[in-house]
Amino acid sequence: MSVEPQAVALEDEVAAAQYGLVDITRRRLAALRAGDVGTLPIIVGLVLIVAFFYSRNSNFLTAGNFTNLMTQMAGVTTIAIGVVFVLLLGEIDLSIAYVSGIAGVVVAELQIPDSSWEVKGVLAIAIAVTVTALIGALQGSFVAIIGVPSFVVTLAGLLFWQGVILYVIGDAGVIIIEDTTINNVANYFFSDRAGLAIAAGATALYAVTTLSGVVGRRRHGIRTDNLVLVAAKLVLFATAIFGAVIWANRERGFPLAFLLVIIFLIFWTWVAERTTFGRHVYAVGGNPEAARRAGINVARIRIQVFMISGLMAGFGGVIFAARLNSVDLNAGGGTLLLDAISAAVIGGTSLFGGRGRVISALLGALVISTVGNGIDLLGYSSAIKYMVTGLILLAAVTLDALSRRRLAQSGR
Amino acid sequence: MTTAETPTPATAIAALEARGISKSFGSVEALVDVDFDVRYGEVMALVGDNGAGKSTLIKCLAGIHQADEGEIFFEGERVTIHGPKDAARLGVEVVYQDLALADNLDVVQNMFLGRELHNFIGRLREAPMEVRTADVLKNLAVTTIGSIRQPVASLSGGQRQSVAIGRAVMWNSRVMMLDEPTAALGVAQTRQVLDLVRRLAEQGLAVVLISHNLPEIFEVADRITVLRLGRNVAVFDRGETTEEEVVFAITAGVPTKTEGIHGVNEEPPT
Repeated sequence: MSVEPQAVALEDEVAAAQYGLVDITRRRLAALRAGDVGTLPIIVGLVLIVAFFYSRNSNFLTAGNFTNLMTQMAGVTTIAIGVVFVLLLGEIDLSIAYVSGIAGVVVAELQIPDSSWEVKGVLAIAIAVTVTALIGALQGSFVAIIGVPSFVVTLAGLLFWQGVILYVIGDAGVIIIEDTTINNVANYFFSDRAGLAIAAGATALYAVTTLSGVVGRRRHGIRTDNLVLVAAKLVLFATAIFGAVIWANRERGFPLAFLLVIIFLIFWTWVAERTTFGRHVYAVGGNPEAARRAGINVARIRIQVFMISGLMAGFGGVIFAARLNSVDLNAGGGTLLLDAISAAVIGGTSLFGGRGRVISALLGALVISTVGNGIDLLGYSSAIKYMVTGLILLAAVTLDALSRRRLAQSGR
Repeated sequence: MTTAETPTPATAIAALEARGISKSFGSVEALVDVDFDVRYGEVMALVGDNGAGKSTLIKCLAGIHQADEGEIFFEGERVTIHGPKDAARLGVEVVYQDLALADNLDVVQNMFLGRELHNFIGRLREAPMEVRTADVLKNLAVTTIGSIRQPVASLSGGQRQSVAIGRAVMWNSRVMMLDEPTAALGVAQTRQVLDLVRRLAEQGLAVVLISHNLPEIFEVADRITVLRLGRNVAVFDRGETTEEEVVFAITAGVPTKTEGIHGVNEEPPT
């Protein structure tokens, strides 16, 4: 039963070394009917939104607007990545916006020239995100250990950290950031050549990881994904990233802020889908009791996830502060909280826990930012922007609830 | 790392034995001085009315509850079980009715939940996990599951139960405790699971089966332990008893302290 299982157990699997295209299509359609819609609605929605705004205003797709959009959405996307993890647990974090503001305040305070505590550049950023990660861990401990609902803990956090921002910035009303390293986070654009090198590097990384997966499965004699599909995904990925870089190169170039977003996306996708920790996050979100009985330390997972939420909020806050070259009393305010949570949800991460992907942070932020950007271009007021975003959010959550109901029905 | 290697039959001593287990929840005495044992290669049924203490006893043996008093012996050696991990280390596994699986994860992910194969930085090793899962299910003759990469949510009740049992088998379990494995299942699926239970015992495992269904128990169990109101009432050999006798013990049995045969008291009730 133990030594050479492959030959006995998987004779039918070996017969077909890879899943057939027909087979995959059939399974995908079955999953769709069962309520697992995946990222399909969001991609269709994005295409429609882009087509609509382009038809109304041809400036929408210009290189200038495109690079603008990329830097605009970098902060929200970064924060939304943390939200995805929290939602995967079936929890919520309402404090992220003001926690991101705290990161901005910390960075701004640290870099004040000639102050007795002056800390520059990368070190200041590292300290800021460490602080927000610890804030996340603290809030997570109340949820995980004491059992206070995350809604209440982070609502308290929302108020508390807003208060701290007002207290620290105080009468000055604004702290100017003069440190160029910090400001470059959102204002540096790569040269054409560096941008292309980044695109090539990312494509190579993607190719190596997918192909190593295929090779690994081959070596164990189990079926691999369809190779045509693997190749198609690789081509799609390469087209997207090279397209983005080449388009951005027609203007200021590829923004550093968006490179950071891509790095975050790749890293956290890897964590969520390829590591033990990520697997346990999905398990706790799907069935905490089963996870506990399987020997998973549920409390630790919860604390770590809130820590990720705080950490990513911190990075987002640094990006926002850098973009404005300052922090003021509005840091973390406005629609930031709702934008970040909406981005994760619109992108297809379920509010009920256990279902979703890190990439949904990017997809959702794309929707929100393109809608916002497009409405600005058409010259409508924020009133229209809020109403449209509200309707999109409602549609996304309704879709989530419906798909959950279908899943429950087809479950047994 | 071998899968479900047949445990050495040691019929002389019990695989798992509990002596004098007591457990209270506040003022409620769930278990009072309860004895219990199960041997390799047999199916021991654990029966009793609602509130008789069956699940509590199982949970004490599995480390989910700590008994207030009493001793647990594994293969004759005294052991302390402080948590599910201790129990798992001894090869004692519980298969729960419905709580054991995460619906959003696929079959392979559930089989390895909490014990994933990974490299030194925590990267999952999917391919070997998939191979092992297919292997274990095949050996248990669980053939109805189409793809082991589909979410557990899309499986039938019987298939889910098979996955849960397969998981326990895979981890070299020697004592398998099944808490009402057929309670929510249809006829064909119940058949599937009962066959699987019998097969486990034939492979040399010690199997504890909690059930309310007496015909089912008389079909697969070798011995039957009856609890009533948290106390021992009787231990029957299947071949030497009748359903009527067991029903009587469940509903009106007199507590006893010994491994009584046919419900005969050897000591006065406490």
